[in-house]
Amino acid sequence: MKQYLRGLRLGVPVGLGYLSVSFTFGIMAISLGFSWWQAVLISMVTLTSAGQLAGIQVMVNPYQYVTMLVSQLTINMRYSFMSISLSQRVSPSFKGIKRWLLGFFITDEIFAIASQEENVDPKLFLGIATTPWIGWTLGTLLGSLIGNVLPQVVMCALCLAIYGMFLAIVIPPAKKSKPIMIVVIISAILSCIFYYVPLFSGIPSGISISICAILSSLIGAFLFPIESEVSKND
Amino acid sequence: MTDFFIYLLILAGSTYLIRAIPFVAIKRNITNVYVRSFLSYIPYAVLVAMTVPSAFYATGNLASSVIGLFVGGVFAFRDKGLTFVAVVSCGVALLVDLILTLI
Repeated sequence: MKQYLRGLRLGVPVGLGYLSVSFTFGIMAISLGFSWWQAVLISMVTLTSAGQLAGIQVMVNPYQYVTMLVSQLTINMRYSFMSISLSQRVSPSFKGIKRWLLGFFITDEIFAIASQEENVDPKLFLGIATTPWIGWTLGTLLGSLIGNVLPQVVMCALCLAIYGMFLAIVIPPAKKSKPIMIVVIISAILSCIFYYVPLFSGIPSGISISICAILSSLIGAFLFPIESEVSKND
Repeated sequence: MTDFFIYLLILAGSTYLIRAIPFVAIKRNITNVYVRSFLSYIPYAVLVAMTVPSAFYATGNLASSVIGLFVGGVFAFRDKGLTFVAVVSCGVALLVDLILTLI
């Protein structure tokens, strides 16, 4: 219980961030012709940002099942790497059915929070995941019901919440560790190339994110292999 | 409507399996130092690739996005928490947006 409560507290900022991001998702789903319960159901059982946004755009056209599958696999490939990374940080009791059930909650941000722990206990992980899941569901509900009530300018500013959260996760460790700083800079440069160079700009963002992250982490691993147990970056 | 549920099954099912299968399958500790290092860099690399440069356009206005992120970044550099940095980024961006609509 103590572990669960500690996780709950760690997850609150992510929950707040998700509330604002999924709010935008709710608005977009309604504007594409979905009903509020469909938008909420999608969020409850999928719990991903880029994948859901791409997903509802595919759903608008009938019978695009293969497109749906292929786009989801490429957009979400990064989760596999996070799952493997997280599998190295879990406590011995985190096995079997617990992994099958809690694996559902591996999102970028929940993973990032859990990665700051030395030993991820199942209860701690469930605690971290609780408010983000509620925030993601609730935000979608609110966005789909009352999205058009909020002034445009407030809506726009809220879209920055998730990125502010990312900064707070990345900057402190990057400040303390030169290897992380260099990996982060390489990833940023690669990402800009994908975004601004016309040749690459047609590549879906889910794929380019995976490529940037994998390439920069590979370069980091070869330039700065972390010896033995000093892999904790706090 | 059945179309919706088939789509939902593919969307949610593939997202779930791509997370759960590697998590369940990798039971041992990976000892290879390069693989370990790679995995420890992944979270930061993913977050930055998602942020740069999309976040510069998040509010629909380059100025308010960049100023909001910059101020948030300064507080992040001073080890302020996630919620604080997120709220400051939004607040500053909102302020800049309001000022821009006034002038």
